[in-house]
Amino acid sequence: MSALQKSFPRDLEDEAIYILREAAAQFERPAILFSGGKDSITIVRLAQKAFYPGKVPFPLLHIDTGHNFPETIEFRDWLVKTTGVDLLVGYVQDDIDAGRVTEEKGKYASRNTLQTVTLLRMIEEQKFDACIGGARRDEEKARAKERIFSVRDEFGQWDAKNQRPELFDFLNGRIKPGENVRVFPISNWTELDVWNYIREEELAIPSIYFTHERDVVVRDGVLWPISDFIYRDPEETVERRKVRFRTVGDMSCTAALASEANSLDTIIDEIISATLSERGTRLDDKRAEAAMELRKVSGYF
Amino acid sequence: MVTVNKKTVEVLRIATAGSVDDGKSTLIGRLLYETNSITTDKLEAIHKASQRKGIDFIDLSLLTDGLIAEREQGITIDVAHIYFQTPKRKFIIADSPGHVEYTRNMITGASHADVSVILVDARHGILEQTHRHYYIAHLLRIPQVIVCVNKMDLMGYEETPFRAIQEKFTTFASQIKSDRQQIQFIPISSLYGQNITTRSDKMSWFNGPSLLEVLEQMEAHPKESHAQGRFPVQYIIRPRNDEFHDFRGYAGRVSSGSFKVGDAVTILPSQRTSRIDKIYQFDQKIDQANTRQSVVITLTDDVDVSRGDMLVKTGEEPVPVKEINADVCWLNAEAMTGSKTYLLQSGTSLSKAKITSIKYVKNPATLEQTPAPALNMNEIARVQIKTAKPIPADTYDENPSNGSFILVDEYSNNTVAVGFVV
Repeated sequence: MSALQKSFPRDLEDEAIYILREAAAQFERPAILFSGGKDSITIVRLAQKAFYPGKVPFPLLHIDTGHNFPETIEFRDWLVKTTGVDLLVGYVQDDIDAGRVTEEKGKYASRNTLQTVTLLRMIEEQKFDACIGGARRDEEKARAKERIFSVRDEFGQWDAKNQRPELFDFLNGRIKPGENVRVFPISNWTELDVWNYIREEELAIPSIYFTHERDVVVRDGVLWPISDFIYRDPEETVERRKVRFRTVGDMSCTAALASEANSLDTIIDEIISATLSERGTRLDDKRAEAAMELRKVSGYF
Repeated sequence: MVTVNKKTVEVLRIATAGSVDDGKSTLIGRLLYETNSITTDKLEAIHKASQRKGIDFIDLSLLTDGLIAEREQGITIDVAHIYFQTPKRKFIIADSPGHVEYTRNMITGASHADVSVILVDARHGILEQTHRHYYIAHLLRIPQVIVCVNKMDLMGYEETPFRAIQEKFTTFASQIKSDRQQIQFIPISSLYGQNITTRSDKMSWFNGPSLLEVLEQMEAHPKESHAQGRFPVQYIIRPRNDEFHDFRGYAGRVSSGSFKVGDAVTILPSQRTSRIDKIYQFDQKIDQANTRQSVVITLTDDVDVSRGDMLVKTGEEPVPVKEINADVCWLNAEAMTGSKTYLLQSGTSLSKAKITSIKYVKNPATLEQTPAPALNMNEIARVQIKTAKPIPADTYDENPSNGSFILVDEYSNNTVAVGFVV
């Protein structure tokens, strides 16, 4: 393992800051989509850097499915308190109660796809013209085709075959009323870049990224965390295992990883030698070969 | 803060272009495979998808063809970004389709590149497509070009066909090549991993390094670093809090050259002058901002500076002009019309602009120049543009970051053209 593999390429930070400043300059009312995961935590740090000594000129927008890891919510509230950034929350439960979406049923039920409706409702209610997200091109094959300024129509839809070309550093955020843009400042970062950045910047992250003991069931070869939000099959046996999470989504769609990694250093070592990809533990991606593209087409970020 | 080794990892951006059958996917797949960059679940997914398509080998193009439509039709429609890292540096490949109808995608992919990798099938030699790929590398002044002569295994790893291709390519390139561009040739076999990440033992007549060795050693962004100082202002920072009551900082990314505290600067287009008081990188004050660094600059005088203005070193000012000669590539399905007004974006500035004349359209494969009344998608032309505001551009040849622009359609908001000032 080379020392350089554990060092963050600073050029990517300069690029991300440039993108965030373009978002602030080109849009009236942008927001940062905040999930409490490592990528959105990185975005918050970059925004602090981009506008120092000024305030971060965007609120955080959290789409709360109600199926969060409690550690993530605790972390979110701590981050908001210490950084002074504003927080807005859109609740998926509100859309379920209003009958705008219907909860899925069965063994693999998840609220993952429902959150698109809540996101689009919040964009409309709050009149956001840009949403800044921590999605990265190396995560998934449809995301590899994503622009840095990704234009969405009034229904939040992504038209993959008809995207604006992005040349050099030019970002064109001109839109018509009702349209909005998804902005991805860390498009060119890899999972390893994010972790090296978190280590070098000494950023705090939710505790579930580190090894801990947790009750899980083994289902389809992956470790499902036990919670009130997942279907329980009486045939399945609950085991207590040493695990951590590599990505943080809902408790109903994020599988755990058997791991002893208890520090940023050991997490980075684990990622460098991993033979499974980052989203290999995301059950929302496993639904179909094109699961991500289909969700993006319907307005997911 | 953790002490970070001064020598941070460098990112090298690579452009590749090619068609389905010249072995480009196999080359990229081979690079990823030999650098341990493909995880087993991704390989398994590709394996399954290959089986579903009824093919009995692992189709590595499925790694890059991320869209449903691309997989259905077996073609690459859009630029794909591929990331890998070796112990020496990080690489980003912008991989675009190679046919003439994708010229705009190739230019988009190549616009970020430090190096262009052009693939030639050893059996077929130099094709029209090879000419087009090289012309784009030339138009974009990509400092380094690597010509990989692939499928050497099918030529018995013989030297003669390789040298013939090298000679033919050099003859074509010499008609347009700039002195600052370097072209290298490597005989490879993607299928058998010859000269990809390690030197081949089958071609002892070739003494050069493998493709990966070349990529690991070349300089990234040489041109902008050596060009004159340019700083397009993106955003004005005015915190108005107790600690920074009168603070007025100009946020931007140094697009070329460098700026030091105390430097005399001229603000364009207003031509007012001042000096750099402080340079901030987040909460740290630094003495010098280098090319591509995102910083906040404060000036010693209270002068009027807004987004779209550019700070340049006094004595190194480009002359703001309202008439520009440029090579443009038309990117939009709707053809260019001379009577229409577009928005010209250069640096962070926007100005209304009109294309006043088309001098010629250039065929990138034959270099033939023909007159044309309009510009269609994928066409490259020399044009004259009139702008409403004076534009402080350099020529693209001297300073790519301040010599390029895009044209935006005011009604559709689409990016319709990219231009290179001549």
